[in-house]
Parts: sequence; C-alpha cells; structure tokens
Amino acid sequence: MALPKIVGIETELGIMVRGTTEWNPVSASSLLINAYVGSEPGGLDDRSTPIAWDFIDETPGADARDFLPPEFALPPEIETHLVNAVLTNGARYYVDHAHPEISTPECRDALSIVLYDRAAELIAIDSMEQAANALPPGQEVILYKDNSDRKGNSYGTHENYLLDRSLPFGQIINGATGHFVSRQIFTGSGKVGSELPGVGANHVPYQLTQRAEHFEEEVGLETTLKRPIINTRDEPHADSQRYRRLHVIVGDANMSQVATFLKVGTSCILFAMLEDQSVERFHLLDDPVHAMHQVSHDLTLRQPLKLEDGGTMTALEMQFDLLAQAKEWSARYGLDAVGGETVGEMILERWEQVLTGLESDPDSVAGQVDWVAKKRLIDGFRERHDCDWGDSRLRALDLQYHDLRPTKSLAARAGLETIVDETEAKSARHDPPTDTRAYFRGRCLQKFASSVVAANWDSIVFDVGDDPLRRVPMLEPARGTLEHVGSLIDESETIVELLDKLGA
Amino acid sequence: MAEREQIKKSPARRDEEDVSEVAAKSESGEKLKADLDDLLDEIDDVLETNAEDFVKSYIQKGGE
Repeated sequence: MALPKIVGIETELGIMVRGTTEWNPVSASSLLINAYVGSEPGGLDDRSTPIAWDFIDETPGADARDFLPPEFALPPEIETHLVNAVLTNGARYYVDHAHPEISTPECRDALSIVLYDRAAELIAIDSMEQAANALPPGQEVILYKDNSDRKGNSYGTHENYLLDRSLPFGQIINGATGHFVSRQIFTGSGKVGSELPGVGANHVPYQLTQRAEHFEEEVGLETTLKRPIINTRDEPHADSQRYRRLHVIVGDANMSQVATFLKVGTSCILFAMLEDQSVERFHLLDDPVHAMHQVSHDLTLRQPLKLEDGGTMTALEMQFDLLAQAKEWSARYGLDAVGGETVGEMILERWEQVLTGLESDPDSVAGQVDWVAKKRLIDGFRERHDCDWGDSRLRALDLQYHDLRPTKSLAARAGLETIVDETEAKSARHDPPTDTRAYFRGRCLQKFASSVVAANWDSIVFDVGDDPLRRVPMLEPARGTLEHVGSLIDESETIVELLDKLGA
Repeated sequence: MAEREQIKKSPARRDEEDVSEVAAKSESGEKLKADLDDLLDEIDDVLETNAEDFVKSYIQKGGE
C-alpha cells in the first residue's frame, strides 16, 4: 500500500524596498523576518533571539542517483549564518540566498497544505507591516509571491512529497516527468513575454508559467542553474531507510487556492499510484525540456507533444488519461494515502472540472487557474487602454498580480475562488497541523519555548537545566500528532516532565 | 511502451439547451462583463503609477 502522502511547500518570495535606493535584499529579508518573529505571540516570550534552526542533518548535496561520482555535481551550499527561525505553527521562516523563504509545516493532505500556504501569505503580510515599523518613515518592504523577475532570474516554489524508499527512482522519473510537463496547464501562474534569449513579444506575448523557461535538464541535483525537471536531492528529513522526500522544483507559486490544491493533490495521487504500481500507461516524452517550454508557450492547449514511441499527445490528453487512471486506482485502493475519502474525492472532482473547463473554454476557469485569471485582467486592460504587448503597464500588471499587500494585490481582486476558511488560516499562522509531527514541534515551541535550544524537521534539542542538552528525534513524519502526544503535552508542566513521559 | 487509450470525453451537448438556459447564460455573460469593468476600474486605481520604472526596478537575485 502507498504511504500517506505527507507534503510541504517552500516558497521564496520576491522582495523590494521602496523609499530608498540604499538597500540590499539580504539585509531587507533579515529585517523583515526578525520584525515578524519578534512580534509572534507565544514563541519568544522570554528570549531575545528566535529559536534557531538546527543544521545537523542538512545534506542538500546528497544525490538520489547514488551511482554518480561525488565530483559530478557541486552540492548547494548551506547558509548557516543568516536568519533562520522556527515558528509556533511548525513552519520554518528564513533568509535563503537573497529572498525571504517560508516552508510550511508538514501537512497530511492537499487541503491542509492550502491552509498553511494561505497562512504563509498572511505571515508575509504581517511581516511587511512589522517591518514598516522598523524602517524610517517613507520606506516600505514589499513582497511578491512569484517566481521570476522577468529578466532571467528565477526563485523557487518547491513541493516536497514523502515517498516510499523502495520505489525505484527510475519509476519516479518515468511517472512524474510527463505529469510535471502537462500539469502546467492548471499550475501556471502566467507571465507576460518570454525570458528566453531571442524570443520576442511577437512569438510569445504571454505564457502559462513563470518557471518553465528556467528548466534546462531532465534529471539532476542542481536547483540554481541548469535546473532539472526531476531534482535528485536526497535529503529525507526522516528515517532514510524507509522514506524518500521528493523535492519538486518545477512548480509556479500560485495565488489561486484551487491551483495550489490541484498542483499538490494530483501529484500526491500520482505518487501513491506509483507506489501501488497502478500506473498502466506512462507518457514518456521524446524531449521533456522542449515539451515543457512548448506547453508553457501554447495558449491553445492543443499543441501535440512528441512521445518517445513516435506518437504524440497534448498536455490536456495526458492529464485526462492520468485522471482516468487515477479513478481506476482510487476504486481499487481507496483514497487513504492522499488524506481520505473527502479530500481525495475533492481532488478528483476538481481535477476533472478544471480539465473539462480548460478544454471547452479556458475563461470558464478564471476563478481557479492563475494564468487564466491574469490573462483576463490583461486582455481587459489591453482592450480598455488599447495598448500593445510591449506596454510596460501590462508588465506592471503581471508583477502586481503577485503583490502580497492587500491594498495592492491584483490576485486578491481577480475573483479567485477560495477553498479554505480565512479565520482558520489566521489561526494557522500560529497553530500547527494536528496530524503530522509538526504538531509536536509547534506545541513544544508554544509551551516550552524557553527550553528549546534548536529545532529542525526531524528533531528538537531541549535544554533541561543542569543535564546535557537532550535531542528528541522525530524520524516518523506521521507521528507526534495530536492523537499521539496531545494529552501528554497538555498534562506536562515542564519540559522535563514531558520528556520523562515520552521516555525520551 | 504501454499502449495509450483514446480518452473518451463528453463535451457539453448544446442541442439540449432550451431558451431559458441560453437567456440565463447571456445574462451571466453580461454580469461577468460588468464585473470585469468594475475590476478594471479598480486596477486603474491601484496599478503602480510609474509602470516603466517599477518594471525596470524589479530585479531579483536568483535563489533556491
């Protein structure tokens, strides 16, 4: 049986400071995050610095293709000196390269990830407000939830999926590549113009995704240059004998909650199907990188993609066929792996609705799919102001769609459907999910912050007074939930008491 | 290479639409257009005033 598909999303945000020319993105990101963490209720009651991230098990250079010689790829560097905090909802909030980045806590299903993705947006909004108080009058830090500055620089929105270590990596490559290329028709956030050298507005005035053009390889370890469709970083943050964490770097940041839901939900289903050996028909592309660009550039969604066996399929046909196979899989194996009947059925229904809408009339899914919602604004604006594709106002509109300030965000005005409750999302800024190990992390930070020395995905280090520091490992992502440890935490007055009860 | 099945799709059957459905559709089409007009008014209000400078100054370092 497929493992529970526990998931997380890491989002790097675009950042700008207004009101001064003297700023740099690293210090602006640090100021922003420190301003937020300093204001977060619960986590900082009696400490002057945020609870630190523990880097002990960070090995981003580990490659899933263990046959490669170590000198084959340069491992990404880890920046241990920059701001790096753990939040009481179990998330990680930090400076990565020159961007603020938020990683959601581990979530049990696609709906939960939408809630924590929305919570991450709200945290970013709070951060901008807190930062304004720390800056001289007239200056402002602005965050954008996008993936490209439209000048060739890209930053990521990475999905992470818990997979069974016994699933051969070759199966993941064969199963996921076609999905990552074809799902762009509903995961794309839209972009005006092209960032490929020599491609003008006449050829690509508007495209489905922000990310596609930044991919150059099929499989690889890199994330910052020569980006691969399948990333081989092998860093499970869990029991490495049992689990793999697939690090998916191809996705766009979505403003639409339905798009985030489907991006994660359909991928969870695919990975569960692979683990259950239920993929009957693999869509092996002849040239996946070329196909990825083709799909992003094709607003008609009708372009045939060349397959390895000499045939062709469109992205829509590939998605309809994956959906058909997913229904067969769910009838046979149920939907427990993707969070249960309710969420699983919702994924299948929404998937079908969106594909059918895209096929018959893309405008009909303007409330669900970002590239359609954005295009509707752009087409309306072009008609009203009679402007051509080179007009910088269209590029401004494209960027401002992703502006996270409620007073400026165009996505917030575009009529996008919401599927999580805003009040719950506000609580999720501070409270962890109850059904993964993030619950234990978050509750310990809420209740015993002064005893927490450091934390990371799979352990927490506690200071218990005179004794040596004690590390509590959390190598099982589905344990440490409300059900497992809720009452133990409730009943413990001190961290020593809790550790004794846990037998840690 | 596994064989691929042609996917059966069920496009909306236009011949079964009656007059009231068509009327409702065109009404909702008009409402959509009015909504878009309101939205465009709002965009005219909130869109960054100096679009060219804004677009030029939006420079990010690569990340990930």
